[in-house]
Amino acid sequence: MKREMTGAEMVVQALKDQGVDTVFGYPGGAVLPIYDAIFQQNDVRHILARHEQGAVHAAEGYARSTGKPGVVLVTSGPGATNAVTGLTDALLDSIPLVVLTGQVPTFMIGSDAFQEADTVGITRPCTKHNWLIKDTNDLARTIHEGFHVATTGRPGPVLIDIPKDVQFATGTYVAPKPSASRYHPPVKGDINAITELVAALETAKRPVFYTGGGVINSGPAASQLLRELVDGTGFPITSTLMGLGAYPASGKNWLGMLGMHGLYEANLAMHDCDLMICIGARFDDRITGLISAFSPNSIKAHIDIDPSSINKVIKADIPIVGDVGHVLEDTLKIWKARGRKTNAAAVGKWQAQISDWRKVNCLAYTQDKTTIRPQHALSRLQELTKDHDRYICTEVGQHQMWAAQYLGFEAPNRFMTSGGLGTMGYGFPASIGVQMAHPEALVINVAGEASWLMNMQELGTASQYRLPVKQFILNNERLGMVRQWQELLHGSRYSHSWSEALPDFVKLAEAFGAKGIICSDPADLDDAIMEMINHDGPVVFDCLVEKHENCMPMIPSGKPHNEMLLATDETSSAIQSGGAVLV
Amino acid sequence: MSALNLKKGASKHSAYNLRPTFSDVDERHTLAILVENEPGVLARVIGLFSGRGYNIESLTVAEVDHTGHLSRITIVTTGTPQVIEQIKAQLGRIVPVYEVHDLTVEGTSVERELAILKVVGTGEKRVEALRLADIFRANVVDSTLESFVFEITGVPDKIDAFGDLMRPLGLTEVARTGVAALLRGN
Ligand SMILES: Cc1cc2nc3c(=O)[nH]c(=O)nc-3n(C[C@H](O)[C@H](O)[C@H](O)COP(=O)(O)OP(=O)(O)OC[C@H]3O[C@@H](n4cnc5c(N)ncnc54)[C@H](O)[C@@H]3O)c2cc1C
Ligand SMILES: Cc1ncc(C[n+]2csc(CCOP(=O)(O)OP(=O)(O)O)c2C)c(N)n1
Repeated sequence: MKREMTGAEMVVQALKDQGVDTVFGYPGGAVLPIYDAIFQQNDVRHILARHEQGAVHAAEGYARSTGKPGVVLVTSGPGATNAVTGLTDALLDSIPLVVLTGQVPTFMIGSDAFQEADTVGITRPCTKHNWLIKDTNDLARTIHEGFHVATTGRPGPVLIDIPKDVQFATGTYVAPKPSASRYHPPVKGDINAITELVAALETAKRPVFYTGGGVINSGPAASQLLRELVDGTGFPITSTLMGLGAYPASGKNWLGMLGMHGLYEANLAMHDCDLMICIGARFDDRITGLISAFSPNSIKAHIDIDPSSINKVIKADIPIVGDVGHVLEDTLKIWKARGRKTNAAAVGKWQAQISDWRKVNCLAYTQDKTTIRPQHALSRLQELTKDHDRYICTEVGQHQMWAAQYLGFEAPNRFMTSGGLGTMGYGFPASIGVQMAHPEALVINVAGEASWLMNMQELGTASQYRLPVKQFILNNERLGMVRQWQELLHGSRYSHSWSEALPDFVKLAEAFGAKGIICSDPADLDDAIMEMINHDGPVVFDCLVEKHENCMPMIPSGKPHNEMLLATDETSSAIQSGGAVLV
Repeated sequence: MSALNLKKGASKHSAYNLRPTFSDVDERHTLAILVENEPGVLARVIGLFSGRGYNIESLTVAEVDHTGHLSRITIVTTGTPQVIEQIKAQLGRIVPVYEVHDLTVEGTSVERELAILKVVGTGEKRVEALRLADIFRANVVDSTLESFVFEITGVPDKIDAFGDLMRPLGLTEVARTGVAALLRGN
């Protein structure tokens, strides 16, 4: 199909042809023609955020919870620079986004025009790819290419910068044609390497699956194949923060999250295993701890679609470049054809060893009658919401780790969190994006009060679109995670790590037309949570919790897995000078 | 025209052969990168090196296939084998990068650099400069009574050596192109 239309009309047409139903954005001078085109149609819905950063995080939430790319439309200059944090967040967490920015007209580029910024220059390092359009005839093809690049291979954000004269000018629209792209990273893994992996599965005595966000990126079929492989082999499985839900938390081989705030049994299994099967995870420093002491005696297989993830941090003995779904399918095929063998006797012993580690019960805490402990608040939230069609977002800090530890994720795409960049202010707008995509679902943002304040203006968005997002704020009146590090690392000198002059969250909610709930008594907690769930509209839940709780277990920076701290340990000198320079 | 007819991921020599031996000794590698000749592509490559802390010893770029819009970037870099592998993999991620070749491991390659040098002097020094230029097969491309501009091509070491010899003879300016390289044979 070829048709003449203006650049602005092309943008809307291209979005329709890409199956986009929702765009998150904020208007301004350099995108007025596109906003005019949006006004004149009803297929693509535009959600007005209250800040461009909010729009990008909302699109991330939409994308992560649906598997589809999130779409953002913002103006030039400050609109584009406000999007930078969200772009970087999406890049580090491999979230597919297509961000459209307005730009000053081509003939004014370079003249320091009003609201001009070098958007492609600024965003080059924080996008998977970006384009500046100089000719309306290139616009449609480039938008389609943008969707293709954002969603193909390792997903990520792309940005298309569209000068205003390009939006006004008329050109030829072309329909999507994925084969037109030269970008086609391979998805099939090398069969010899996969066969080598199968041979390792057959003989391993102490195997562990270490899975990550790549399983989620690969799509729901990959999670199904993973479950089949895990349950078929009977091997234990742990996951990164980004991979939670790919294997169900109720599954019998589930060890819980690993890493800095991971579970004791998961980290010890990683340390002592003889075969580590890394699937779509990238050996982040929150996972490895001290590299030289990382899982010293294991063969490491690494499945990843991005060759740069392999051997970046940890040397892979069996590297497999490919898409998780494709590689697991071949792995299962070969493993079955060779007779579904495992070293069951040895694996049985290994499972027994793991059961012993489980008995340490590293997430145990005691709840008294006076102050709500954050772990308790989340345990109750889990209990009262687990049977709902539920999506969880988080902000960044202690509450984020507690959410990962105490909430159970049964399915992929149900947990939206900022892992790689650790962006405070991510969770609230993300929950808005999730709720847009899943209007009937229960969408909860587990927040810390400090993070939540960073994008609290989005309360306006939630109210305007009647999005019943639940903001579950664990209010410790502290920048809790920072305070914890100061306690462990800087002699409890709490430099600027408390939240003073906090608003009355109930009144704040009411000021925006939302519902506010405050709860400080453990005895009231269940009823208050039920009230939150049952309210048909946005809720800000101010849950006053213990102020100086530490998030445990914890592998101090610069320490190996088997030197993790438990809640009962003395923590005062846990991090030594070598570890102190690490973050 | 492209001397590089390997496809991404298809060759056992490509950047995707992922079983390096890790050592901590720095190596010097010459990489040939075939890219789509689109605006900003050089900035992407350079930004990758500066952003991730890799070294660039030399870099050359020019369009090599006008109809196919292809440019060839030749980069000489140093790093441990693990870093070199990362550099190649990171380059491979850049969307308009089509091929990444490590000429240092893929076979023997021909490397050439061109330099032009201005040597100012009179008398004995001037004669000596001309004599050395002859030995190095450098051409005189401009001359006054008190100066020469020499043009020399060769491997970077040869150009370094020529420059060192010219310095006491009145070297005032040097311009170098950086390395261009191709694999030998077919
Ligand atoms: C305060 C804080 C504390 C944290 N503590 C922890 C912690 O204790 N434990 C923890 O796990 N994390 C923790 N994190 C998160 C951590 O920083 C990283 O974000 C996370 O560990 C990375 O997860 P991942 O390895 O699954 O990689 P991701 O960032 O999800 O990357 C996915 C990998 O899969 C690959 N991939 C993508 N798509 C595919 C596909 N289709 N097929 C194959 N491969 C694919 C990608 O190339 C990439 O290598 C913390 C974060 C914060 C902010
Ligand atoms: C934008 C941003 N600025 C600073 C930080 C550093 N940081 C990490 S956690 C944290 C404190 C978060 O406090 P809060 O949201 O109240 O959560 P808590 O840790 O108390 O649960 C800070 C400041 C960050 N991650 N993001």
